[in-house]
Amino acid sequence: MRKLALSDEILLSVQQPARYIGGEVNMAVKDPAKVDTRFCLAFPDVYEIGMSHLGIQILYDMFNRRDDVYCERVYSPWTDMDRVMRENHIPLFALESQDPVKDFDFLGITLQYEMCYTNVLQILDLSGIPLYARDRTESDPFVIGGGPCAYNPEPLAPFFDLFYIGEGETVYDRLFDVYKEHKKQGGSRREFLEKAARIPGLYVPAFYDVTYAQDGTIASFSPNNPSAPAQVVKELVVNMDDAWYIEKPLVPFIKVTQDRVVLEIQRGCIRGCRFCQAGNIYRPLREHSLEYLKKYAYKMLKSTGHEEISLSSLSSSDYTQLEGLVNFLIDEFQGKGVNISLPSLRIDAFSLDVMSKVQDVKKSSLTFAPEAGSQRLRDVINKGLTEEIILSGARDAFLGGWNRVKLYFMLGLPTETEEDMKGIAYLSEKVAETFYEIPTEQRQRRVQIVASSSFFVPKPFTPFQWARQCTKEEFSRRAYLVRDTFRQMKNFKSLKYNWHEADLSVLEGVLARGDRRVAPVIEEAYRRGALFDSWGENFNNDLWMDAFEACGVDPGFYTERERSLDEILPWDFIDAGVSKEFLKREWQAALDERITPNCRQKCSGCGARAFGGGVCFEN
Amino acid sequence: MKIRIKFRKQGMMKFIGHLDVMRYFQKVMRRADVDIRYSEGFSPHQIMSFAAPLGVGLLSNGEYVDIEVLSAEDSRTMVRRMNEVMAEGIEVVSFRKLDDSSKSAMSLVAAADYILSFRPGKEPEDLEVFFDRLEAFYGQEHIFIEKKTKKGVKEMDLKPLIYELRREGSSVFMKVSAGSTDNVKPELVMDAFYQFMGQELLPFTFQAEREEVYADVGAEGERRLISLEELGEDIE
Repeated sequence: MRKLALSDEILLSVQQPARYIGGEVNMAVKDPAKVDTRFCLAFPDVYEIGMSHLGIQILYDMFNRRDDVYCERVYSPWTDMDRVMRENHIPLFALESQDPVKDFDFLGITLQYEMCYTNVLQILDLSGIPLYARDRTESDPFVIGGGPCAYNPEPLAPFFDLFYIGEGETVYDRLFDVYKEHKKQGGSRREFLEKAARIPGLYVPAFYDVTYAQDGTIASFSPNNPSAPAQVVKELVVNMDDAWYIEKPLVPFIKVTQDRVVLEIQRGCIRGCRFCQAGNIYRPLREHSLEYLKKYAYKMLKSTGHEEISLSSLSSSDYTQLEGLVNFLIDEFQGKGVNISLPSLRIDAFSLDVMSKVQDVKKSSLTFAPEAGSQRLRDVINKGLTEEIILSGARDAFLGGWNRVKLYFMLGLPTETEEDMKGIAYLSEKVAETFYEIPTEQRQRRVQIVASSSFFVPKPFTPFQWARQCTKEEFSRRAYLVRDTFRQMKNFKSLKYNWHEADLSVLEGVLARGDRRVAPVIEEAYRRGALFDSWGENFNNDLWMDAFEACGVDPGFYTERERSLDEILPWDFIDAGVSKEFLKREWQAALDERITPNCRQKCSGCGARAFGGGVCFEN
Repeated sequence: MKIRIKFRKQGMMKFIGHLDVMRYFQKVMRRADVDIRYSEGFSPHQIMSFAAPLGVGLLSNGEYVDIEVLSAEDSRTMVRRMNEVMAEGIEVVSFRKLDDSSKSAMSLVAAADYILSFRPGKEPEDLEVFFDRLEAFYGQEHIFIEKKTKKGVKEMDLKPLIYELRREGSSVFMKVSAGSTDNVKPELVMDAFYQFMGQELLPFTFQAEREEVYADVGAEGERRLISLEELGEDIE
């Protein structure tokens, strides 16, 4: 039996002890003494969230395929366990061996959203690893960051030894080979980092100097070490079917957010929505073949015993083999007690047909994401969804027996006017009217339409990376205006409007487009008790505002300022595939309310074609 | 075909609660390709029911789950197939066929055996004295305890619900009433015993382990306990 790091007294006194014991089905078991490299993969949020993340599972499986590497996992201890560990001076440990994280060679932390940054510090702190890379010694692990937030790693730069920019499947093997060799030869921490910096896609923040101009903008950003390239090019899998995929995903004991087999059908997106970071940084779109997906669907359902399989992609309807895949899943698995879940489908005759086959129409709801309330603003953001498409899709769905609709919007998009805001309520009302126009005997009795708005946060590597973000007051005022417009609607009783917290979005904006000067603020907020900021109940905005003040950093500098096109942006040293020229063209097109065709209609020369694969070479 | 599965829950699995053990077994059935029967309807579920929930923190050598299958191989093969896809700590002990008319394990539960072992460092100063006192405690005609109910505190006699209470090595063995009507948790007995000794039972003194769960097959007024496992037959 494995020995646990925590006593029964502790485990039985906290919520969900299963978060800390490992031992899940398909867990990798190795003798740590017999490997060259111990790698601890961290997801800086609670177990149930971290275990639901596909990327971690892929890397875990891929790393453990190597006999010379043992990859283990760690998640953020929840607040109750955090307290116990501090009180009893228990170092953070990995789930598999239950050994302290500090004893590992690498600590790899995935950065999926900005609001986890204080949890990154929690993981370092509880592990007993110095927060700042410059304070680490030869006995500390190398701390490496990855994931979408690594596309602007600067607010976290001083806390990391390395960042991996791009998709993890490609150069980790090289990093492990280099490390093994380095360990054998013996050499300093710095020498290893120099070797690592020469691997494509790897960024060593300590090897770059930043200077600032009088107005606070970046004056220069350049390497200070000959091993460090001026531009770090993102890593990407060119042929998806060659990429590593999981055959045996981990099966948690407790119910986690994504308690099902996840089949990634494609990576990237052809749509080019101008607010969307994922749609830009994962370019170009690359599909898996149908045969590949069939094979993995079988293997993963068998190895996990999950009762549900879900398709994952940014826009499933754009997958060219979707019909074949969905029919295969229904024919093959539906009779065997396996549920099929189909997220992010465009509402049309095909999707309504398959949805009625795989789910209980009465219990499910339809989701549209118009993102903006007016056609004008949808053109600005290049969201190719028109009112006609939404209303005819809704009508078909109502005739098919659905009567619940969810609509997702954003408030605070660039150029937004009062008319655009009111459009959210008008569009929701039109969906309700569409329902009531149908003769009573052909539809359900009532309709329920839930509109939700989040606040727009400009992200790096999007055409809106130069945009000004609304202040908290502006956000709230806009939400109230929408709410008041809803109240005037004829079918008000069938409509519901929700909006998100504004202060969280403002902070997210600072962290998303911040530079290295934001790092001390994150540390200060953490020292003052900020943790699990993405969890509403734990988020304390005052604490963050105090931290900004204490560090002398003005959050408005990062959010309330429209950047000029020639400003050096903190993330400019990264080549994400989409060129800055393309993003500038798109920013101008947005201001001109001009739409850009999707990748399958016409190539817009974004730059991603240089990777030599995917949708760019379909024809 | 009705099947009764007996399994052990050991090691770190004691931290996994009852509902999660149920979800765990649903996945085991799929991984082991058990030809389990599903209910009808839009979201079919496996026909599966557990005998008696085991509290978090307890170990067990005698847990039961009943299922219905459309087909099965022999018992030994089925046990092997399931154990090949288990997490460490759960082990299937037997896979036995039941009569079509047999009642569910859950409705049959009448008694259970527990062994309570002192956790390291929690042993009493003098084991002999401890077990002498235990004998004296069990020798009483009545063991009145105060039980908290919705309406307030109620006095009840625990004695008729304790079928056996004795020393086993340096541990405590007890056979107590179990099931939906008079379910006696082992710590309830130990609490009463410590009170009898004029002491307070501190948490984490013992590690409790359920050893077996029984049905009562005796005629009215006469108790005859046999393990739930014995009600089934191996498939050859």
